[in-house]
Amino acid sequence: MSDCDKCEELLQGYLDRELSDAEVVVAESHLNGCDYCRRRYRFEASLRVYVRTTAAERMPPGLAAKLAGLRTTGASPLGS
Amino acid sequence: MGESGTAEPDGARRVATEARDRVRFEEEALALADQVYRVARRFVATREEAEDLVQDTYARAFRSWQSYTPGTNLRAWLLRILTNLNTDRGRKIQRRPDETPLEESDYYLANRMVASAGEQVLDQERVVERLSQDSIVTALSAVPHDFRDVVVLVDIGDFSYADAAQILDIPLGTVMSRLHRGRRLLKANLAEEAVS
Repeated sequence: MSDCDKCEELLQGYLDRELSDAEVVVAESHLNGCDYCRRRYRFEASLRVYVRTTAAERMPPGLAAKLAGLRTTGASPLGS
Repeated sequence: MGESGTAEPDGARRVATEARDRVRFEEEALALADQVYRVARRFVATREEAEDLVQDTYARAFRSWQSYTPGTNLRAWLLRILTNLNTDRGRKIQRRPDETPLEESDYYLANRMVASAGEQVLDQERVVERLSQDSIVTALSAVPHDFRDVVVLVDIGDFSYADAAQILDIPLGTVMSRLHRGRRLLKANLAEEAVS
């Protein structure tokens, strides 16, 4: 596992699409050859999707109108 | 006084252009409200606080719209205002003597939690499937705010590291390290949720 310390850093950037092209090549070739990191990758990827979809709460009804009421241009008919 | 004739139509045109820009700015900002709210909601504990925070953000944004540079990331600009307002609010709360979580204690807790549960979670691929929506929200809110803010911006707000750094006014390297530790803490908390 300690062999993959550097990979953990790479994995994070890879999943967040923050790596340079050269780093992507390094990360992918490592993922191809390492079972442990591939499992980690799948887990991390599903966790990100999960967080994104379940912890994102829609704006409550009524807030949009309240925000429109804060406009200064008077372009909105909704006052607050 | 000297500026009669041509000056006035020019001035009138400038006023009209500015009014149009302002209307456009407000419309573009309002179109982002739902995305701004999603981030705000995970910065604070309650829906009411999130609503207040977003309203304060928009009130300030509409007042200082001219400091926004057209063509730059408006969503990031709004979130920068929001995090500033939220930090001001947080500082007020932290000044109360009996609830002054020292940054050191946050880090201590972080280290302890990762040490106790962090590593074993990594092997539990199935852990995600066993979690409810409540548990992810609970686990996320238990992450100390310094770390949580970065996780929320990147994972829920879908901001780049660079945008997150700008919004929170911290170096890029700090974004990466906080993100890393924040996610490990989240996993540690999730592990506890999954076990209990």
